[in-house]
Amino acid sequence: MIEVNDIHKSFGDAHILKGISTTFENGKTNLIIGQSGSGKTVFLKCLLGLFSPEKGSIVYDGKTYSSLTEKEKRALRQEMGMVFQGSALFDSMTVEGNVKFPLEMFTNQSKSEMEDRVNTVLKRVNLVDAHHKFPAEISGGMQKRVAIARAIVMNPKYLFCDEPNSGLDPKTAILIDNLIKEITEEFDITTIINTHDMNSVMQIGEKILFLKDGLKEWEGTKNEIFKTDNEAVTNFVYSSDLFKKVRQMYIEERN
Amino acid sequence: MNYLASIGSYAIMIREVFKKPTKWRIMKSLILKEIDELVYGSLGIIIFISFFIGAVVAIQTALNLTNPIIPRSLIGFATRQSVILEFAPTFVSIIMAGKVGSYITSSIGTMRVTEQIDALEVMGVNSLNYLVFPKIIAMLFYPFAIAISMYVGVFGGWIAGVFGGFLTSADFVSGLQTDFVPFHIAYAFIKTLIFAFIIATIPSFHGYYMKGGALEVGKASTTSFVWTSVVIIILNYLLTQLLLG
Repeated sequence: MIEVNDIHKSFGDAHILKGISTTFENGKTNLIIGQSGSGKTVFLKCLLGLFSPEKGSIVYDGKTYSSLTEKEKRALRQEMGMVFQGSALFDSMTVEGNVKFPLEMFTNQSKSEMEDRVNTVLKRVNLVDAHHKFPAEISGGMQKRVAIARAIVMNPKYLFCDEPNSGLDPKTAILIDNLIKEITEEFDITTIINTHDMNSVMQIGEKILFLKDGLKEWEGTKNEIFKTDNEAVTNFVYSSDLFKKVRQMYIEERN
Repeated sequence: MNYLASIGSYAIMIREVFKKPTKWRIMKSLILKEIDELVYGSLGIIIFISFFIGAVVAIQTALNLTNPIIPRSLIGFATRQSVILEFAPTFVSIIMAGKVGSYITSSIGTMRVTEQIDALEVMGVNSLNYLVFPKIIAMLFYPFAIAISMYVGVFGGWIAGVFGGFLTSADFVSGLQTDFVPFHIAYAFIKTLIFAFIIATIPSFHGYYMKGGALEVGKASTTSFVWTSVVIIILNYLLTQLLLG
């Protein structure tokens, strides 16, 4: 579980996060949504420890990040997996090399143990014939799956995903969403996804956090998002005609 | 103020490079890879340029020796002094700032743009140690390339001088041996080692701290070449004054 208490972050005169508090529970897919510039990426980078908030605290299963020593912080980071928007695979390594990388860096496993683990996670993300291919030789959807495999290879307690569906076709996007949700439940991971994709919100959003101008505007579940009267949320979530109609049908059904 | 901030950031980067080392098993393969790419991969261009510059120095000296009292062996002497003192350590380093420096900036810059450096940091890897330290160690082998450059430069001078009909082989060799100061070799290699550190770190700095996209990677490569060259030229003056002045 991750508890966020009143975090603030500024860059020069720009006050990006203005006091966000929330809780992300284990085994659930938590989604952060909001317009561009609302502070989602900065918030995610604070959770990852890439940015240090000026005020407030982030607590990972009872451990307050700011009060940890450098060694403890590094150990905590090894419990985190991250899927970047552009996958961020290492160009110079094969698929197998990318997935094996954290094992080589942080474990003393033998070569065969590492190979077994790599095969297991690549099989888990339905990628079995791409071991020796380089990132440039595989599709965007496959790159995302490799990134997920690399993120879970160390059995992380926390999984962070930044726009995991960006640049993917709708069918592949659904596959990736479902894969993240299955992995979250299977390994009881605290998963936090930064997204613009309303399909993801409706598909896997067990907890949704809506940010606006660096503040928490609304939070709830995917069922509650249908009922909310919060104008900022409805304007954002139901900006497309399709979702407007879906909501209208839901309200009519409810009445 | 910006320059001062950059110098400060550079100093902090150097400190971070030597903190929290990567596992030796992985570092070893990274160092070997960098030696191959940065030093071994540059030998071709170094040999090519050294040969012809050595040849041109010999021809230019020969063409300017119009006084019959001055011995022809001076061509060999001038070639040796030019190549060992300045051409091999300094001129080749400027070329390396372009070849190796732009490669370092663009490869690290691309990793920054594509979030690969963020990926390393999130995993708990000291990305500066992982990316820059192997380059610094690999460049410790750069003096070997400069030794080859010295040899080939002098050889080029001999070929041009002898086969161009400017002097005999014996005169050239005699010139090479005239007033030889062994410390000049030490001076050249001290400079080379310092330039090697500069060639590994300044381009890394420009790549690591760059912001933006593909266009900025190109701009960062150009900026890194300019600054690496400027620093090499200034250090060359200071080291020459300190060691020979």
